Amino acid sequence: MNPAVRIDHVTKRYGAIAAVDGVSLNLAAGETLALLGPNGAGKSTLIKMILGLTDPSDGNIEVLGSPPGSHAARQSAAYLPENVIFHKSLTGHEQLTMFARLKGQPKASVQHLLERVALAEAMHARIGTYSKGMRQKLGLAQVLLGQPKIAILDEPTSGLDPLSREMFYRMISELAGAGCAVLLSSHALTELEARTDRIAILRRGKLVACDRLSALRAAAGLPVRLRVEIRNGQADDVASKLGGQRVNGQAVELVCEARDKVARLADVTRLGRTVADIDVVPPSLEDVYRYYSAAQNEGKTS
Amino acid sequence: MIRSSVTIAVAELKIAYRNQWVVTAVALMTLFGLILAFAGSAPAGTLGVDRLTLTVSSLATLCVYLVPLIALLLSYDGFAGEAERGSLPLLFTYPASRFALLAGKYLAQLVILAIAVFAGFGITAGVVWSVDGGSSDGFALLFRLQWSATLLGAGFLALGAALSAASRQTGTAASLAIAVWLLAVVMYDVGLLGAVVADDGGTFTKSVFPWLLLANPTDAFRLFVLQAVDATVPGTGPQAAVQMLDVPAFVPVAIMTAWVIVFLALALASLRRAEG
Repeated sequence: MNPAVRIDHVTKRYGAIAAVDGVSLNLAAGETLALLGPNGAGKSTLIKMILGLTDPSDGNIEVLGSPPGSHAARQSAAYLPENVIFHKSLTGHEQLTMFARLKGQPKASVQHLLERVALAEAMHARIGTYSKGMRQKLGLAQVLLGQPKIAILDEPTSGLDPLSREMFYRMISELAGAGCAVLLSSHALTELEARTDRIAILRRGKLVACDRLSALRAAAGLPVRLRVEIRNGQADDVASKLGGQRVNGQAVELVCEARDKVARLADVTRLGRTVADIDVVPPSLEDVYRYYSAAQNEGKTS
Repeated sequence: MIRSSVTIAVAELKIAYRNQWVVTAVALMTLFGLILAFAGSAPAGTLGVDRLTLTVSSLATLCVYLVPLIALLLSYDGFAGEAERGSLPLLFTYPASRFALLAGKYLAQLVILAIAVFAGFGITAGVVWSVDGGSSDGFALLFRLQWSATLLGAGFLALGAALSAASRQTGTAASLAIAVWLLAVVMYDVGLLGAVVADDGGTFTKSVFPWLLLANPTDAFRLFVLQAVDATVPGTGPQAAVQMLDVPAFVPVAIMTAWVIVFLALALASLRRAEG
């Protein structure tokens, strides 16, 4: 099956600077991909090219088999820009009706969508009176218009409270479940961890990593942390016996390679009743992200 | 395409209505019109011209300043505002062409301007006519004034759209619009007259100056309206200069139309280049 988005050796140069440098990446239908990278890494430029807002200097992009920005591509793609502000004099209902008509969707779908994003009560109030979270929900509602095949969301959860974030990710997984390819750029790393199929990391325009989180962890060889809680203040004893680091009077932290994890756990359980509790902490997305975006790994791809 | 333009136009009209733009524009036109009609109408009886005709020729002078200003105020924010709010790139990703977006915004602004001109001057003329009670000869001239003032405004709406499409910020677009108004409307005639004085009746005055004057749509508009006014109404300054110019009526209309086309084309070119 053809990928929903195919990015093939794409480069975008502004003068002498390559904002995006030789990136190849495919996005399958129904897949959720998180696009990460520090500011200025080229995320926005890549998104702009997928949407057809700017053309690559080199390489090729296809959206559902069509060139980006073509009528066919725009008809089936949805976009949520970062920090978008709609016109304050229109009501939420009027603004969404405008978008629905531009997309050739029936007006009747507008009310239903506003209910889905929990804006039903405020839909006849002017957008000028909306909070940042409400404006973001309105932005999400326009993404859902007409069941897109591709959704590109730039920092979608900024300004949302935890409950709204939950709702937001539920809608995204519904979209993906319906076969929509979702590209998500975000800084909220802990949120993305459980919610994306693959992680792509850009650094200075280059794609330095693109895989499932578990595979990225393995490839990075990041250590696993075992946090062992000790009874009766014997932390010093245990720390010297196991070769770990005493955190405080009751806890010791062991750091080991992922493949040594089970052996180390066996060492800990051999201590018997001295151990009160064990936490196994795998490297978080944040650790993985830090690893791949750090300077010493330049040129290393997985 | 038409559907998209109408959708954009409807949203723009709602915004203009909510922001009291329509009411403000009509009120401005009516207010200034009435002031001119009653403050500047002393010589009416002595010249043997009906009062309405005299009022319309004063309104033509008012239009030259006010209509371009209102047109620029209506249009400068159109695209720069969307760019600043971040909603322009989003609009660009919708399946509506950039031409359709431009057409939608432009049409809405043109409707508002036409309402202001027709209602504002219509009310003024109605009041003058009911006070004067005399001849209704001036109404044909009034209509000529109204539609040509709308055409003049259409040119400045297109100019405003071009400025707006080329600016990333509302502030930039606003200052450009004011600068353009000062240059094209206020300074242009003064500069040309200065050149005429310096030339002292040479070739510039006789052959170049009238055409330079006419190239500006505000002067083309003034010529077009005053061509139809009885010659007994005295003209002053640039008004007298354009009255000297003996050209067929389609020339000033063509010049005003050219401004619409040229600046709409520039606005479209800017929009097509924009990355949003």
